[in-house]
Amino acid sequence: MPSSETSPSGFDATNRHRTIRLAQWTAAWVATVALAVFGAEFLWDGNMTLSVLAIALQAAVGAGMILANKRHLLNLDELQQRIQLEAMAITLGVTLIAGIAYSSLDIANVIAGDAEIGNLVLLMGLTYIVALLLVRRRYL
Amino acid sequence: MKNRLKVLRAERDWTQAQLASALEVSRQTVNAIETGKFDPSLTLAFRVARLFEMPIEAIFDDGDGNGAA
Repeated sequence: MPSSETSPSGFDATNRHRTIRLAQWTAAWVATVALAVFGAEFLWDGNMTLSVLAIALQAAVGAGMILANKRHLLNLDELQQRIQLEAMAITLGVTLIAGIAYSSLDIANVIAGDAEIGNLVLLMGLTYIVALLLVRRRYL
Repeated sequence: MKNRLKVLRAERDWTQAQLASALEVSRQTVNAIETGKFDPSLTLAFRVARLFEMPIEAIFDDGDGNGAA
């Protein structure tokens, strides 16, 4: 007989562990991004060496986050992987199309300011969340 | 693809969570298979068959007259 539902299965426990680990890496990466962006202005007054070190740290922690995300995805079951695949496909498509359109608007001087990469990252995050919720709902 | 997963699970008085745990998948995946919203891979179908000690075609129906009624 399958194990009791009161205790999490090995699959669930590993899943939870990998998700928490990914969240920790993501939080660390966001912190290093903030350090690299705001540190030069508020902490070390534009010191070039410290800025380069902060950016190198950001890239290193980012690499850790990528590996944590890969481990997280590989640990998911086949339906969860399909849901992630569909959500990421939508996110990639929307970000690519919107990003190129946004850049074209900037080049053609249709928009007042410069095209900011931060806006694209924000769009990417929001698209991924919405796509994930919509795709998940299809399998409920 | 149709399947008899829900019936077989009910016959053994297992919950979806218990079946998911035995198959090492999420409860949502078990539910999606039972409701026909998701077709499992061959690997997972074999795992289901081994768990219920039945041939795959006694559990899954490919809709072409082969498999579970």
